[in-house]
Amino acid sequence: MTISAESITIWVRQRRCVLPSWHFSPRAVSWLQVSPLALILVVLFALPTVLFVVVSFFDYDRTGIYPAFILDNYRELLTTPATIRVYVSSLSFGVTVWAITLLLGFSIAHFLIFHVRSAAVRTVLFLLCAVPFWTSGIIRTIAWIPFLGRNGAFNQIVMHAGITSQPLDFLLFSNFAVIVTYVNLFTLLMVGPIANSMSKIDPALIEAARDAGASRWQTMVEVIIPLSKTGIALGSILVFTQVMGDFFVVKQMSGGQSASIVSALSNEIQAMEYPPASASAVVLVTFVAIMVACMMRVVDVRKELVK
Amino acid sequence: MMVGGRSHAAGAGRGRPWTFYALAGLFGLFLLFLYGPMLVIYLLSFQGPNGGVTFPMVGTSLVWFADIVKPGQMANIPASFQRSIALATVVSLVTVVISVAAGLGFRRRFAGSGVLFYLAVASLVMPSLLVGFGIGLGFRVLGLDASLFTSALGAQLTWTLPFGMFAMFAVVNRFDRSYEEAASDLGASAWQRLIYVTLPILMPGIIGVGMGAFTLSYDEYARTTLVIGTRNTLPLEIYALISSATSPTLFAIGTVTTAVSFMIIGVTLWAIYRIQRRRAASAPSL
Repeated sequence: MTISAESITIWVRQRRCVLPSWHFSPRAVSWLQVSPLALILVVLFALPTVLFVVVSFFDYDRTGIYPAFILDNYRELLTTPATIRVYVSSLSFGVTVWAITLLLGFSIAHFLIFHVRSAAVRTVLFLLCAVPFWTSGIIRTIAWIPFLGRNGAFNQIVMHAGITSQPLDFLLFSNFAVIVTYVNLFTLLMVGPIANSMSKIDPALIEAARDAGASRWQTMVEVIIPLSKTGIALGSILVFTQVMGDFFVVKQMSGGQSASIVSALSNEIQAMEYPPASASAVVLVTFVAIMVACMMRVVDVRKELVK
Repeated sequence: MMVGGRSHAAGAGRGRPWTFYALAGLFGLFLLFLYGPMLVIYLLSFQGPNGGVTFPMVGTSLVWFADIVKPGQMANIPASFQRSIALATVVSLVTVVISVAAGLGFRRRFAGSGVLFYLAVASLVMPSLLVGFGIGLGFRVLGLDASLFTSALGAQLTWTLPFGMFAMFAVVNRFDRSYEEAASDLGASAWQRLIYVTLPILMPGIIGVGMGAFTLSYDEYARTTLVIGTRNTLPLEIYALISSATSPTLFAIGTVTTAVSFMIIGVTLWAIYRIQRRRAASAPSL
């Protein structure tokens, strides 16, 4: 485990004959190193995606699906008012949750990186944020039910405090409950990337901005935010796609008032109506891809991550 | 993650600005927001035998914890727990090997590196259920049966591998290549350089990737649900429990999960700390 030059020399002398020494060009080595990843992503991600794109044009009836090239699945999907309604509802959840987690995540990352002076304290505080993430999202979702319910902990507290005499009903099984749960589940996805970006900012830059007479606000807007934009973009992509792909939280927390795109889709899958389910999958994937592409335009994520 | 030597907290020694107190307050409220509902379920997991999933507490007991370990009619928690652990172990090993290799490979630009990068991004942001849907369709077309170590393993890898790859980018970015050059100058073969120099230096990061992949797999639900076949993992079993009948057993599972998480975090930090200390002790010249 040591890495001093001396010990490396000793190892090299001892093992010279033991290990094979092949000679590949550096590029071939890179290809070999990434080939397992490429193989798995192609076989388990790209091909299945192509498959449901193909199936989305197929015909189907009660007994099976038939190869064809018809646009009926798309026509039905796109002309149903329910489709528009569920996209609007998911999108508004997406934007609301994105705005809240961005503000919250940015503030928390800023606090952890720029205000906490001790590295040990910072690590402990970061872990405190991360620990709930280790618990199943399903359990963290239903944990809100006894908290927000009519006789729940929150109502007990506000009634004891005399803030209200009646239990608040809007707390659970409502859009409010859905947003609270999303924010609870996904804020960490924002904190992590933003904190990572901020920790790479050279403190001398901030010092220089101050010395040049920048106010705290100007330093924030002119220095910190531009240098954190990779993290902001990554966090935004993660949070937004999680909300758009959710099918558990809305189902469980809205009390049937709202549906999510994916829960509608999973109903079709359960009914074995694969072609319409595929069409709706293609529309969702296209939608998410466009949103992600827009966010990636803001910043060259690849250049920032791979040096 | 961000344990750097340099301090970003400018102005050490001067008084704290008002923003410090505002943000510290916000951070405290955020922790309360994170842990509040969790505390409620920790409390309710000790609900009395006649109590339900909401307040008030009807006495206290450990019956719901006992419930976890006995196979019930609704769900078989112990068996699904074992399956989840087995799957998470395999997923984490495969993820470590493949993403470490890929992380090293991505240090050079190679033809197709851009395509592969965006393929990984796409796999990460793809709505989870659709990944499972695609793989499920594929298995159906090929006439294969979905099962734990075929389709479910594959579906989870589409999720853990991109995460592992991104985490390895962060690890590899901090790696000083002059160590490798020194090894080569001293006559090390490519293998020797990898096994005796590169991997040991990257080890704390690699352990982190392994733990991350284990957790992601252990909690995975949406990608796995359509490709699990007949025998459920723990999250799927929990979901089945929620849909049928709710009892404080769910909360007891949450309490146990959190306790186990704290243990795993503790052990991981301890392992990383040990490696770093041993390194500091044995390599004073660096």
